[in-house]
Amino acid sequence: MAIKDLIPQKQAGYNFAFLDEHTKREVRRKILKAVAIPGYQVPFASRELPIARGWGTGGLQITLSLVGPDDVLKVIDQGCDDSVNAVSLRQLVAMTTGIKTTFETGRATVIQTRHRIPEEPLTEKQILVLQVPYPDSLRLIEPSEQKTRQMHAEQDYSRMWVYLYEDIVNWGEITIGARYPVLVHGRYIMDPSPIPRWDVPKLNMAQNLYLFGAGREKRIYAVGPYTQVVPLEFSDRPFQVEDFSGKTCFYCGSKDSFLDEIFNSKTGQKIYACSDTAFCAQRLKIQSAVREEKIVGPGKK
Amino acid sequence: MGYVAVKGGTQSILEAARLLRYFRLKGDAPPLEVRQIQEQMRLAVDKVMSEGSLYAPFYAALALKQAEGDTIEASFILRAYRSTRPRNYISVPADTRQMKIIRRISAAFKDIPGGQFLGPSRDYTQRLLDFNLAEEETEQVLKFCREYLKELEVLEEAPSFPKVVDLLRAEGLLAKEEEIRPQPPDITREALSFPASRTAALQAMARGETGGLLALAYSSMKGYGDIHPTIGELRVGYLPLNIFDAKGQKVYVGQVLVTEAEVIARPEAAKPEAAKRGNKPQFTLGYGLCFGHNELKAISMAVLDRAMQTKRPKLPAEDQEFVLSIVDGIESSGFAAHYKLPHYITFQSDLDRLRFIRRLGEERENGD
Repeated sequence: MAIKDLIPQKQAGYNFAFLDEHTKREVRRKILKAVAIPGYQVPFASRELPIARGWGTGGLQITLSLVGPDDVLKVIDQGCDDSVNAVSLRQLVAMTTGIKTTFETGRATVIQTRHRIPEEPLTEKQILVLQVPYPDSLRLIEPSEQKTRQMHAEQDYSRMWVYLYEDIVNWGEITIGARYPVLVHGRYIMDPSPIPRWDVPKLNMAQNLYLFGAGREKRIYAVGPYTQVVPLEFSDRPFQVEDFSGKTCFYCGSKDSFLDEIFNSKTGQKIYACSDTAFCAQRLKIQSAVREEKIVGPGKK
Repeated sequence: MGYVAVKGGTQSILEAARLLRYFRLKGDAPPLEVRQIQEQMRLAVDKVMSEGSLYAPFYAALALKQAEGDTIEASFILRAYRSTRPRNYISVPADTRQMKIIRRISAAFKDIPGGQFLGPSRDYTQRLLDFNLAEEETEQVLKFCREYLKELEVLEEAPSFPKVVDLLRAEGLLAKEEEIRPQPPDITREALSFPASRTAALQAMARGETGGLLALAYSSMKGYGDIHPTIGELRVGYLPLNIFDAKGQKVYVGQVLVTEAEVIARPEAAKPEAAKRGNKPQFTLGYGLCFGHNELKAISMAVLDRAMQTKRPKLPAEDQEFVLSIVDGIESSGFAAHYKLPHYITFQSDLDRLRFIRRLGEERENGD
């Protein structure tokens, strides 16, 4: 076998995974640093991609720097593999690498995502790459990067706590919806990207590696496997995830997944459906297999 | 399966791209030639090269064609292409005194050594819509160009011009030039950090979006700032570039069209201890240089360069982090456009919070 046989088909005129090798190596070095200092934002020389800034270029640079010929990639946006921008990002990676892609969470080695963490728990063999618009939770209270870097360095988070306290005074509860600030490994306050609060507990002591990429803001940060990640909360005001009590998925009947609220354009009715479409499809597949087994009976197929 | 509300992305994307092509071409006019754009949409091409930070007139024209004339979109395409090119050499620092000028003016002095040259300028034309252009004929155009060139005096050797600011420097009225650093930082290889060096700040502005720079510079000119600029010199011309090859030999690689603005501004108040040492007040300089013929950009850059040197920044145009982190057109346009992407999840999460605090409020009222 020649070396060229090992390299998969790709778009002519571009390097494997679009970026040149020096750039990929630089991104990987920054990733290593990020993994070594959980929750710390590592600056990197973010390159322009044929995808617009703010559309996932940070996550994409991580993905492009990590994937090799044998990787299997899954790309989701809002939990869905077929959401328009997920399609576009997947196309770019597939076109410039020729690697396999999948919709099945369990089969992917690298998953790039915007706004969701899959419902199915990930394993030590998987990496979740999150797209990040604002890499710093402290941006809520301080616009200047120069100042927030200093606040992180000195672990001076008092203004953040005051912000949360004032939120409770004004509204009776913390009003942050998505992008809920977390404390990583007892050291850095980290912006978990605009995932819902529902997904925040999945970051804590997870088996898999989480990588966060902000292309426009030129920052990479990480949460390694088995790392403590806790949402900011007061002892008398515990952190709450989104409330879906009494609601189930219209399609698979799930009572324990993050649900999208959907207005049926024909009937005008409000229905709920799993935001993680792969999770929903998997449940439906199992349900229909079970039904078939009931009808046909075990072992009689 | 009934996933209509969220699925069906792939097919929609393909169809949208086809429709886009149709909208670019419908109307039966012959397709635009890239050469026509490159030669006759000169200023648009220059803007795209400058904001895309790649000096490639043909590719810039091609990008303009692809983007249907949208300069931000065209610069974005060019910038993305730039990412795939390795950086093999760094040019030898170029001296703009060597520039082959096509235009050179000073607003500070009536007469300047070498003289003022208006060059190809629209400044003193009346902006009347020119109906003659609606029917421009090839024959007519060729005839004009032939005759114009016949009348022209061609100099044996292109003169080089001393700089207006050098006159002030000779008298000690303006601070000395900063030392040239052979290996300047490259903001495309190392993320900008604040406070940024002046070199890095100028790099960031050189690839900045013209409109963004103009708006910020105008805020300072308008009164949100007090640098009171005078254009010492504005130059447009071809700047020769050299590199050192592998053997360390200096090699001429070509020339780039650039616009350079030097803005003279009011002195910074001298510190009392400096005055005691005999340091007299001096004018300060704001500097701008960008690819192509783009005078508004170079002037805006120079004004902002000077504004950002203010010792105690108070106003937006004086705040380096504020200015530099918002002037990139590729970043700002990309982020503004990203709000078109679905935000179902974050919105659902916000809905949950809103419903919760409304319920809390109701409970409190009922409890009273």
